[in-house]
Amino acid sequence: MAFRKDLLLISSWIKPNSKVLDLGCGNGELLRLLELDKNIHGYGIDNDVINIKKSLQNNINVLQMDLDEGLKDFEAGSFNYVVLAQSLQVIKNPKLLIDDMLRVGDEIIVSFPNMGHWLARLQLFFKGRMPITSNLPYRWHNTPNIHLCTINDFLDFCEKNNYEITEKYIADSKQKTSFLTKLMPNLFGEIATFRIK
Amino acid sequence: MNDKSINMITSIAKINKPLKLVSGKIISEYDLKYETYGKLNKEKSNAVLICHALSGNHHVAGYYENDKKPGWWDNMIGPNKPIDTDKLYVVCLNNLGGCHGSTGPTSINPKTKKIYGSDFPIMTVSDWVNSQKELMSYLGIPSWSFIVGGSLGGMQAFQWTIQNPTLVENCVIIAAAPKLTAQNIAFNEVARQAIMKDPNWHDGNYMEKGVIPSQGLALARMLGHITYLSDESMGEKFGRDLKKTKLNFNYDVEFQIESYLRYQGEKFVTGFDANTYLIMTKSLDYFDPIKDFGNSLKETFKTVNSKYLIISFTSDWRFPPKRSRELVKLLLDNDKNVSYSEINSEGGHDAFLMDNKDYFDVMRSFIDEANNGI
Repeated sequence: MAFRKDLLLISSWIKPNSKVLDLGCGNGELLRLLELDKNIHGYGIDNDVINIKKSLQNNINVLQMDLDEGLKDFEAGSFNYVVLAQSLQVIKNPKLLIDDMLRVGDEIIVSFPNMGHWLARLQLFFKGRMPITSNLPYRWHNTPNIHLCTINDFLDFCEKNNYEITEKYIADSKQKTSFLTKLMPNLFGEIATFRIK
Repeated sequence: MNDKSINMITSIAKINKPLKLVSGKIISEYDLKYETYGKLNKEKSNAVLICHALSGNHHVAGYYENDKKPGWWDNMIGPNKPIDTDKLYVVCLNNLGGCHGSTGPTSINPKTKKIYGSDFPIMTVSDWVNSQKELMSYLGIPSWSFIVGGSLGGMQAFQWTIQNPTLVENCVIIAAAPKLTAQNIAFNEVARQAIMKDPNWHDGNYMEKGVIPSQGLALARMLGHITYLSDESMGEKFGRDLKKTKLNFNYDVEFQIESYLRYQGEKFVTGFDANTYLIMTKSLDYFDPIKDFGNSLKETFKTVNSKYLIISFTSDWRFPPKRSRELVKLLLDNDKNVSYSEINSEGGHDAFLMDNKDYFDVMRSFIDEANNGI
């Protein structure tokens, strides 16, 4: 099984034998990877029954729950890591969920597609239309993504809410860093991943 | 469709080992009627126990000769079905205290040589698990690959894992709850009162008098039936449809739903015993393993190595999704392997017996993946 590169990055941040909660786990790929490579004990959450089936087929623990209801079934400090990989943009109230993630996990990992990437900017600037990219393939009327942001937006959001960013990785479309993503991350970064305490 | 390919055996296990009940009473010997499907493999690692709910029995799948209807969970169990009898050895029994061939209130008490009637002791879910464990030994099964149950059956499945932490590899709990609410108990009490207020009740010893409290039992079933369906499913099936063309301003059956409920009640009394109904509802009311285990529950859970799948249905108001979530939370708090799915369905509590693609796919995904090891 070839794993998604952004998930390999998240995996590299996770210590072996830890306990992981993966929010919006999709087909359970991240937890499968972590169980194979890091011997973690994990649970995924997803609200789509198709993803529940796929996750069960990947032999991971998966819970059909609505993240917009928060993490009320989880005790404070009951996980080493709570991960929200590329699902921040579909959450109704990102602050409430991130606060809840910080309550449940010792640390959290959040990744999202950067709306400040130059391709998105060009589409809005020259075409005058909502950007459609490989990470954000939807049109304005059928997108589940209701809270898209840029890297700078997210940095402001963390500062305002006193979220402590301990590590970040701004990557291009190949999930690699380059001179440009380091120099101007908000213009050249496609996927941003943050470790937060 | 009559599926002849199912390899079905119906038999009775005679258990001579006394069973000490939670109530303190002892049943010195008893019969357990059971049915098996498929074959136990060489490693004896493919056995599945199906636990039945309030009115169920051992005949869970397949057709008896000349029967038009198959066993009560035939859509779930059989060759190439989610619980695949080509791969798994499926066992289902009539619970002790039942009325379909296992020792129960309609059996002869060996001590008094008379019909048990209301002398048959009240069973708890824990007692059932102990008796089912005897059947397991009787059949030469070392442990269960799966225990699966819906409603009261799901409660038995859950109880199995905490009562025998190393004997259940996978546990599937469908449309159940960790304990009954006041509303649940209230419905059960009305059902019991209906039975016990019947003029033919005779303190539960009606068989000696050659009668049955059929009116009361039918009422109990009608009430129960309402709670197994949802408002939507009843509306869709019956609406306000009339039996005749117009209202007649009398108390005969007028609406289709009235006719249906009366039919369900009348049909039920021909095949079910009133004392068994009381026992089943009491075992539901008493079920509260979290309280029973008390402080030792956390320690017990440390030794439980079962993997759980919990399933609920959106329109089930007897044991709604939030009740299943209580079980999920309990398992999460104890770091157990658990998955949970909330299936979209209008079927109410009875949805666990109905065809539903998502439900069956979830079952199949969990069972097939766990089966890869067999």
